[in-house]
Amino acid sequence: MKRYALYVTGKKGIFDPAGKTAQNALDNLGYEGIEELKIGKYIQLTVDDTVTVERVTEMCEKLLANPIIEDFRIEEVG
Amino acid sequence: MRFGVVVFPGSNCEQDVMHALCFLGYDAGYVWHQDTDLAGYDALVLPGGFSYGDYLRCGAVARFSPVMNEVIRYADSGRPVIGICNGFQILTEAHLLPGALLRNAGLKFICEKLPLRVEQSVCKWVDRAPGTVVELPINHNEGNFICDGETLKRIEDKGQIVLRYCEQDGLRRADGSAPNGAFDDIAGICNEAGNVFGLMPHPERVVDGISGDTDGVAFFQAIVAYALSVRAA
Repeated sequence: MKRYALYVTGKKGIFDPAGKTAQNALDNLGYEGIEELKIGKYIQLTVDDTVTVERVTEMCEKLLANPIIEDFRIEEVG
Repeated sequence: MRFGVVVFPGSNCEQDVMHALCFLGYDAGYVWHQDTDLAGYDALVLPGGFSYGDYLRCGAVARFSPVMNEVIRYADSGRPVIGICNGFQILTEAHLLPGALLRNAGLKFICEKLPLRVEQSVCKWVDRAPGTVVELPINHNEGNFICDGETLKRIEDKGQIVLRYCEQDGLRRADGSAPNGAFDDIAGICNEAGNVFGLMPHPERVVDGISGDTDGVAFFQAIVAYALSVRAA
């Protein structure tokens, strides 16, 4: 059994209203020095040993992320 | 003239569409998302709603419903397909239309009637003169259309921008007239051939006059001659 952590975030330049709103709230709370806050998705995928990272990449490209608006990163977490 | 109204789990505007089509005197039937036979339908409507609970991204899961392979084949053969609201989102996820729909810029679900300008386009679902202002209701949380600059130029050059949010006089504000933040005020686009049309507003809700307007009628009537000519060919 293997576990993959998939991080899906908005591409650079894609407006992230949820991130912007949370960032404004931190500003209002007086937290300084925040340059950018982006909100994305974390997907945990548990698979058997036959599933390769290439296969997981394909799943991301096909369904789990939309390459027009999102980037993704895959980490094997054991 | 027989319309097919494609129903996914979580669609919720299919009855509005059916009511509008029947009101206009057309024959129509529901197509379940697991059906794969589209024979007998002259045009397809992908209605609004929250297909598959809008999980993952709006339209992302519906796009892989069994019926969608057939919808893509149907569209590729030049037959008419319209996606309204969630249906529009499904068509972009299926790459039948360019771009994507993000969460509304103001983070609010927006439900109101708005003026929209008909643009000069190749869209076969619209026969109103460019510059005409129509009033249609919008009702969505993810209607913030986005595409890259290159795509915008391409769809503009090829006449694929069909409807833009505007002011009552048909002009667009310098800071944008789209209440949802849509790029270049885009509310509806079509594919290069003009047979596939996606829009965030709901024309089916302003057909029978009960809500005070009938600007939605033109969209469903406009497609009939084309649909029948494709069937005859």
